[in-house]
Amino acid sequence: MKTMLLSGIAALALGASGALAQVDQDAPQGGEMTVTYQDDVATLDPAIGYDWQNWSMIKSLFDGLTGYEPGTTKLRNELAESHEISEDGLTHTFKLKDGITFHNGREITAQDVKYSLDRVTNPETRSPGAGFFGMIEGFDSWNAGEGDGLSGVKVVDDKTVEITLSRPDATFGHVMALNFASVVPQEAVEELGEDFGRNPVGSGAFELAEWLPGQRVVFEAYEDYHRAGVPKLDRVTFEIGLEPTVALLRIQNGDADIPGDGIPPAQFLQTMNDPAMAERIVEGGQLHTGYITLNMQMAPFDQPEVRKAVNMAIDKDRIVQMINGRAVPANQPLPPTMPGYDEEYEGYAYDPEAARQMLADAGFPDGFETELYVMNVDPNPRIAQAIQQDLSQIGITAEIRSLAQANVIAAGGEADQAPMIWSGGMAWIADFPDPSNFYGPILGCAGAVPGGWNWSWYCNEEIDARAAEADAMVGDEAAREDAWRQIYVDIMEDAPWVPVFNEQRFTLRSDSVAGDDSLFVDPVHIPVNYDYVHSSNAE
Amino acid sequence: MGGYLVRRLFESVLILLGITFVTFILLYLVPADPARQIAGRAATAETVANIRDQLGLNDPLFVQYWRYLSGLAQGDMGRSYLQRAEVSSLIAARLPASLMLMVSAILTELAIGLTIGVVAALRRNRPADHGLMIFSFVAISAPQFVLGILLLYVFAVQLGWFPIGGYGTWAHFVLPSLTLGLLGAGWYSRMMRSSMIEVLNQDLVRTARAKGLSKLRIVTRHVMPNAILPIIAMIGIDIGLFMSGIVVVESVFGWPGIGQLAWQAIQRVDIPVIMGVTMVSATAIVLGNLLADLVAPLIDPRIKTK
Repeated sequence: MKTMLLSGIAALALGASGALAQVDQDAPQGGEMTVTYQDDVATLDPAIGYDWQNWSMIKSLFDGLTGYEPGTTKLRNELAESHEISEDGLTHTFKLKDGITFHNGREITAQDVKYSLDRVTNPETRSPGAGFFGMIEGFDSWNAGEGDGLSGVKVVDDKTVEITLSRPDATFGHVMALNFASVVPQEAVEELGEDFGRNPVGSGAFELAEWLPGQRVVFEAYEDYHRAGVPKLDRVTFEIGLEPTVALLRIQNGDADIPGDGIPPAQFLQTMNDPAMAERIVEGGQLHTGYITLNMQMAPFDQPEVRKAVNMAIDKDRIVQMINGRAVPANQPLPPTMPGYDEEYEGYAYDPEAARQMLADAGFPDGFETELYVMNVDPNPRIAQAIQQDLSQIGITAEIRSLAQANVIAAGGEADQAPMIWSGGMAWIADFPDPSNFYGPILGCAGAVPGGWNWSWYCNEEIDARAAEADAMVGDEAAREDAWRQIYVDIMEDAPWVPVFNEQRFTLRSDSVAGDDSLFVDPVHIPVNYDYVHSSNAE
Repeated sequence: MGGYLVRRLFESVLILLGITFVTFILLYLVPADPARQIAGRAATAETVANIRDQLGLNDPLFVQYWRYLSGLAQGDMGRSYLQRAEVSSLIAARLPASLMLMVSAILTELAIGLTIGVVAALRRNRPADHGLMIFSFVAISAPQFVLGILLLYVFAVQLGWFPIGGYGTWAHFVLPSLTLGLLGAGWYSRMMRSSMIEVLNQDLVRTARAKGLSKLRIVTRHVMPNAILPIIAMIGIDIGLFMSGIVVVESVFGWPGIGQLAWQAIQRVDIPVIMGVTMVSATAIVLGNLLADLVAPLIDPRIKTK
C-alpha cells in the first residue's frame, strides 16, 4: 500500500510538470568543476572514441541529429528540428534547425550530415562503430570499400537530409544519437587528418580549450550552442592519470568534484560509512549485466540440462555481498532499467540440491571437469573463486584461467577454447537504451562467429527471426517491448548464460556542484552529463 | 679511447636491435588481436579483417618486422593504433616529464643515500648506525605503490604540505621523487657506508691524520671523494631500475610521463606505442651504462678502458 501511494504521488508530480521536472533547466549558469579519470583520453574523434572516459566527453563536444533528455533514456531531437518516418518505416527525413554552427563558426548543413555518416562507415576510418549503421541502404558495399558513400543518405536541400534503410529498424533513432553519428565539419577533418581526434571541432555544448596529454583536458562553454541556457558551467577540467584511490583523496580535500571512475572498490565501504561523505554519494542503475557464458559448442554444455543445473548452482546473493552490494542479482539478460525487462520472470532459483539431481539425470552423477576464464583484475578473480566453489557443490570441478582482458576476449572468440567465461570487466554495457542492444552481438547468431562476442556460441534461428521481426516493429513501442520481453524469457529457457548481477554505479559529488542526481549517473551520458550539471556557487 | 667508444657504440646499436627483435616477437606471440581491440565489440568479422589488412597484420612476422625497422631507420615509429597519433609525438610530449622526474629522483637518492652512508660509517656500530641501517633496509623493501600512497596520505592530505598528485610546480616533484628515490637511497646508503669504512682504514687517512688535518677536512677532502667512486658507476646502471619504477610512481601520482603511456598501451595491445616506449627506455638504459663505463676512468684513473 505504501509503495502504491508513493508511486501515485510520483506519477502526479510527473503529470503536473512534465517528465523532466527533476532536471532543473533553469539552473543558474557559470562556475566550473573538475572531474578525475585514471586512464588517458585516447582520442576525442567521435568516429573512433569508444572508451569509458571519452564517451561522455565526446557527447559534450559533438551533437548528432538526435539525443536524449538529460538524465533519462528518452530520445529527443538534437540538431534535427524534425524527424519524419515514412509509412513503411524505411525513409527517415531529418530537417536541421536554423542557425546551428560548428565551433569554428560555420553553419551546419545537410551535406555535413552526409559527410559524417559516410566517414564513420568508410572502411579507411577504421571506426569501431561502423557496424551500428548496417541498416542504412548501401552500407554493405560502401563498408567493403566500393562506391563513393552510403547510397541511402541523400542531401535534399541545405537543411534536409533523407536516409533510406534497407530494412525497417525501430532502433534507428537511437543509432543516430550514438557518438559515432555525430556531425563533424569536413574542412576540419580533412585539414587535420588523423590528428582530428586531438583537435576536435564539433557543435556540442562545450569546446576543447586545452589538452595536455596524460595531465588534463579542459572544456569551455560554447557560446553559440543551439540550446539556450546550456551548458550550465563555464568550464570543465578533466584531471587525467590519477590512481582512483588518489583521486578520492583529492575530492575529499576539495581539489576535485567528481570521480569519473566512480568510488574505487577498495575504498567503497570506508566511503559509504563516512558520515561526511554520505550526503554526497549518488547511486544509479546502469545498463549492465554481468554473466557467465556456457559454450554450447563444447561438451557437456551442449546439453540444456547441464546449463540449467549450472544456473541453479550459482549463489548470486553471495557474489553481490562479496562486492559489498555494488550490484543487484540478475535473472535475465536485460538489466532492470532497460525497456523490455520482465519484472514477473523469476529465473532459476538458487537450489544446489535440485541442480545436483538435474546434473545426475543428464548423465553426470559425479560432475565433470571444466575451465572458467576470467579477466585478471579485482574483483573478478574473487568472483570466479565464488563461482568455482558453487560449482564444486554440485560436483563440477572448474579450473580458473585468469588472464588479461584482451586474451579472455580472444579465447571467447574461438569456438573450442573457453567452456565458461565470467564476463566481469568486459561485460556488456548497452550502447543505447534499447532491448535489441543486448541481443545481436552477444546472443544472436551473427555474434557466434570466430572473433565474435557471443561467447556462448548460442544460435537459435527461431529467436533470431523473432528478433529481426521485433526490430522491424516501427511505431508501436509497447508491442515491440513485449516482443523483446518474450524473446529474453525464451532465451533463458535455452540457458546459454548464467545472468549473475547488474552493476549499480556509485559516485560522489562535491558540495560545489549541483543538479539532479540523475545527471551524475546519467544512463546515456556515461558517467556524467556535463552539459546540465551546475555550480552551487553560480547565481 | 676513440676506438673503444666506436666499438661500444656499435655494440649498443646491436643490443638495441636485439631488443626490438625480441619485443616484436613477444608482441606477435601474444594471443590477443590488436585489430579486435581497435574494432570494438560492435564490429563484424569483415570489419576486423579489413582493419587487420590495413595495418598489415596479416603479413608474415619477418615482413612486419622489416617494415618496422625500415620505418625506424627513417625516424618513423608509426602511429598508435588507438590514439591514431604519431608515436614519436606521443613520446615527445611525455618524455620531458619522465626525464625531469628521473633527474630529481637521482638527486634525491644521492642526497639521502650519501648522507646516511657517511653518517652511519662515521658512527659505525653505534645506535645511530643501527637506526640508519634499519631505515635503509625498510626503504629497500617498501613497495613503491604503498610507499607513494602513504607519503601522499601523510604529507599531502594530513599535513597539506604538497599537492595530492598532478604535475606543474616544484612542489609536485617532491613526493614522486621521494617515492622513486627512497629505494635507491637505501642501496646507496649501504654502499656508501661500506665504501667509507674501507677508505677510512686506508693508509691515506692515516697520513692525513698524521699531517694534523682536522677530522672534517679528512672526511670531506680525502675519504668521501674516494668512497664515492663505486657509487657513480652505479647511477648509470640504476636507470633501468628507474624505468620500471616510473610506471608505478607515475600512475600513483598522475605524472604525465612515458610510464603512464606504456601501462595503458600494454593493456590495449597498442603495439606501435609499446615498441616505441620499449625502444626509448632501452636506449636510456644502454646509454646510461655506456656513460657509467666512460665516466668511471675519468674520475678514477686506476680503472682503464679496454
